[in-house]
This record gives sequence, C-alpha cells and structure tokens, in this order.
Amino acid sequence: LSLTFMNSSHNRITSSPLINLPSGIVRPSFSLSSLLLQLQISLKSLLPVNLPRLNKAYFFALIDSHIIHYPTPITLTYAWSFGSLAGICLVIQMVSGIFLSMHYAPNVDLAFSSVEYIMRDIKNGWLIRYVHANGASMFFIVVYSHICRGLYYGSYMEPREWLWVSGVILFFLMMGTAFTGYVLPWGQMSFWGATVITSMVTVIPVVGSAIVEWLWGGYTIKNPTLNRFFVIHFLLPFFIAGFTLIHLALLHKVGSNSPIGSDTGVDDVPFYPYYASKDLFALSCFLVFFATFVFYFPNVLNHPDNCIPADPFETPRHVVPEWYFLAYYAILRGIPHKTGGIIAMFGSIAVLFLIPFINSSEIRNTTYRPIFKFFFGYSLLISLF
Amino acid sequence: MNAFRLANRLVPRTMGAMRSSSRILGTTNAIRHLSVPATQTTPAPLDQLGSVDHEYESTRVDRVAEPDRRAFTYLMLSSVQFVYASAARLLVVKLVASMAPSAEVLALAFGEFDLSALEVGKTIMVDWRGKPIYIRRRSAAEIEKESQVQLDHLRDQEADSDRTIKPEFLVVVGICPHLGCVPLPNAGDFGGFFCPCHGSHYDVSGRIRMGPAPLNLEVPPYKFISDTTVLIG
Repeated sequence: LSLTFMNSSHNRITSSPLINLPSGIVRPSFSLSSLLLQLQISLKSLLPVNLPRLNKAYFFALIDSHIIHYPTPITLTYAWSFGSLAGICLVIQMVSGIFLSMHYAPNVDLAFSSVEYIMRDIKNGWLIRYVHANGASMFFIVVYSHICRGLYYGSYMEPREWLWVSGVILFFLMMGTAFTGYVLPWGQMSFWGATVITSMVTVIPVVGSAIVEWLWGGYTIKNPTLNRFFVIHFLLPFFIAGFTLIHLALLHKVGSNSPIGSDTGVDDVPFYPYYASKDLFALSCFLVFFATFVFYFPNVLNHPDNCIPADPFETPRHVVPEWYFLAYYAILRGIPHKTGGIIAMFGSIAVLFLIPFINSSEIRNTTYRPIFKFFFGYSLLISLF
Repeated sequence: MNAFRLANRLVPRTMGAMRSSSRILGTTNAIRHLSVPATQTTPAPLDQLGSVDHEYESTRVDRVAEPDRRAFTYLMLSSVQFVYASAARLLVVKLVASMAPSAEVLALAFGEFDLSALEVGKTIMVDWRGKPIYIRRRSAAEIEKESQVQLDHLRDQEADSDRTIKPEFLVVVGICPHLGCVPLPNAGDFGGFFCPCHGSHYDVSGRIRMGPAPLNLEVPPYKFISDTTVLIG
C-alpha cells in the first residue's frame, strides 16, 4: 500500500513560517486564511512573544520555522530524543575540553603531570576532567542508541539516505576525536593504543612504513605525535559541529521518521513546546545518569593502566581500547591475519555507509517486519555476549 | 485530530468517486456509513470535527474555577526551573573558578627570606610571586636623611616611617611604576634606585624624586617573623 498524499515536494519548510498543513490533501471549500488566523491566535498563547511580529525578520523566521513551529510527528517516542542529546553531549565536551586545554601541556615530559596538576591543583579541575572523560563515554552511549533507533525504525531508508550517510561521517569524526583524545593523558594505555592503531597503516603495501613515519613525525610515537594529536583533537569537534548542521539540514528537508512509519505529515505538532519539553526531560534523565558516573563511579569506565605514565619500552599485559571501541577491536583480533583483520575492522564500520543503498525492503519500520525483527533482536543479543 | 479524516468529512463526495475510492481502499461496505448525504452542501464547521490548536484551549485549567490546580502546576514548574537555574549557575561558577590561581600558584604566594647575611648599604633581589623584590639594609645616616625629606618636595607624598616596618630594612617591589622596567639598585642621583628605561630616580626609601614615574616603588605586604627573617605575602 503506497501512500502518495504528499503531492508536493518533500520540502517541509516552505516560504511560510507558519504551521505546514498537508498540501496534497483535498482542501476544504472555505477560506484557509481564516483557519490559519485562528491557529495563530490560539497558538499565540503558547509563546510569550508577539507571533506575527516575530516572523517579519528573516533571522527570526528562520529560527521559528526550524525550532519553534517546525512540524514534528506526534508519535515520536523518547528514542527520538537521542539526537538532541548527542548535540548537547558535543557542547558539554567542547566546553569542558576548552577549560581543560587551558591547563594541559601537550609535551611528552609534561602531559601526564599536567593532567595530575589539573586533578589536584586547579580549582574544580577534577570535576572538569571527569566530566570530559566520562562525557566521551556518554557521547558514545547516546550515539549508539541513536544509530540503533535509526536501524530499527528504518530511518536510513528513502528519502533519508543522505541523512544516514551524513550521520556515518559524523560517527567517523567522533571516533577520530575520541581516539586522539585518549592519547593525550600519555598513560600506558594512551601510548600503546596509539601505537597499535597508527601501526595499522603499515598494512599498506610499499608505502606503509613511510606513511607511518610521516604520521608519527619520527621513528616512534614521541613528542611530535602528541603535539599533532592534540591539534587534531581540538580541531575535529568543530568539523563535527559543522557536519551536525548539515545533518540537521538534511533532516529538516524531509522531516523526522516516526515509530508508525508513515510520512504523510498529517499528524504533526509544532516542535515547541511539545518536543522541546520532551527533549528537556530526556536531558534531565541523561544528566542524572551522567552525574552518577562523574560523581560516584568516575573511573569505572577507565582502564587503571592509564594511570601509569607511558613507557615506550614496556607494553602492558592487556592492551585494550576504551569500551566503545571494543567491538571493533574484537573483530580485529578475531581474524588471525594482519591485513584481513584490519580490513574486517574498518569494513565493519564502513558497511554502515552501504545500508541505505543495499536495502531491499519496502517496509520501513522493523515493527512490521517479523522475520527481520527476529534477526535484528537476535544479532543484538549476540553482540552483547 | 487526524487532519486527513477531517478534510475527508468536509468535502461532499459523489457516488462515482465513492465507489472508485472504495475499490482502492477495499472497504465498500464501510464507506456507506461515512457517506455524506447529497442534500448537504455546506461543510461542517472545523472546530466541531476536531481541534485546530490540539485541544490546548479546551483542556486549559480555569483559573477562577480551580485555583489549586493552577497553583500546583506553577509550584511544580517553578521548582524545576529553580533546579535548572541553579544548574546553570553552578556550571558558570565552577568553570570560571577553574581559571583562578591554582593550589600550586597559591602555595608560592608567600616567600620567606633570610636577611642575616645582608650587609649595611647593600641591596639584594629576591623572587616573590614572579616579581623582583629589592631588600636594602640601610645605615642610620641614610634613615635619618630620609626622615628629614619634606613631603612637599615629593610627587607621591609618603613618609619614610610609613614605608618600613623596621627602618633598617627597605622592602620594595623592583618594578618601575612608570612602564614596568626593573630599576638598578644603589644608583641614581638620590642614592637609591635608577630606572634606565626612562630615567626615573628613586631615593633610599624608594620614593620617586626625579623622572617620569608617577608613584613611589610599591611596598609589598610583609612582616618579620624573626629579627632577620622576613615573610613577604
């Protein structure tokens, strides 16, 4: 059953900043302007500003049409809050990171002790450091949930293929940021994790070792490597921020998917106040979860070996990345062949790019696909054990 | 309210259109119950079929009829908004405070210096909070001479007794108040200090006597914890 009531383009933001009524539906025979006027007057009570005045300026009309009156399906569950939560996680990481970088020294002789200096001597330094370290883990929890929502509800399907692709790019940028950031405290795990990952470049035939020495800025990981990793770690979040805008633009072009799966837009409510308040509540719950880690279990997600200063001549017994990279690390170690393992590891993430284009189902939502649903749940269960 | 259903009920359908649409939807029997009689030409008013403001006004609590309900809502909202406000305040306070001098810097805020080796007429320079401090041991003649100076002759009028705790030891910050250079000790026309940058002359009490500096050399907070040990800071 194909629903083709949206005769106009999928562009949800028209020139009118008011509520976007479904345009393909058979129109009532009386004037639509009186209806819109009635709508405006009743919705005026929701905002403490003069609504018609607000929309006269282009800038406010832009904000209004994307955040205030933006039509959102009424059926969205809390699974849809992870997107805004991810944006807020980015802001948390950027603010805490900027204040940390005021006191951090990106030099191999000073890095480890500068982190200890932050923890002990800087006022509230311990708080900022724990927020940043645990915030990275929280960011990954939120983003993995966000991806899971996208996979389950088929948000990658037509017409949202490029939205999904922009999301995978964001994920790659995020992983790069997390990797370079973990190197900065210059503990044992930082150093050896960096060694293992950057050495993967040697798998490239002929030029591999030349490339890795260029990457390192030397013959091993030393001061030049740490310096450039600090710069990369500082820079990538701004790329993430830019790509987030692209991600949102691609989303707003077609509108959100919903748990029901219908795209007609007939049951839309304005984003403010309904989803603004829903996202705010989701944020409160997330902050409680986050605060539990920061204030009660700040080191439980960290590896104790990273509290030992880096020693280039001794590798720790159990070199593991942070928990959010363990799945890919397991794939890497699962294949007893160097090139095969690396290809499998990067392939397992790169396959995310292909998902919208190899999809063969006409049904978007997994709820209505019983066989796929079984295998989806089964693979989720397998991946946990 | 489903706007699709809303719109459908507004427009009177012809028999032909009903039959063809029922063929598509496969609900031939059901559609007869929803059919609009041919005699009705004016569409029903919109607000009787659904709610254009998502039932905001109709479900709104009447302030006069039920004052307690509104009060409860306001109580809940205001307490939660107080939590949000305090979270925002906490965020700003913690982050701004982190930029304040750290414990390491504060630990170096005090400097203890032993002056037993300092000879009369000599000046030493010590480091306190990253600033140069001159400590000069003055002879009785020099102290007498400085106390005789008339305050009217000074640009920055300060008596010598006000600038020292023990007149024998002069403790001043070695930064010229003009533009920040470090003056030379035991130099200048007045026997005190001389700033080579722009030619400010200071006397043995560290007061500006000639040159462009507007103020006397600053006296830092200090005290003597013994006869020959000074604690600056």
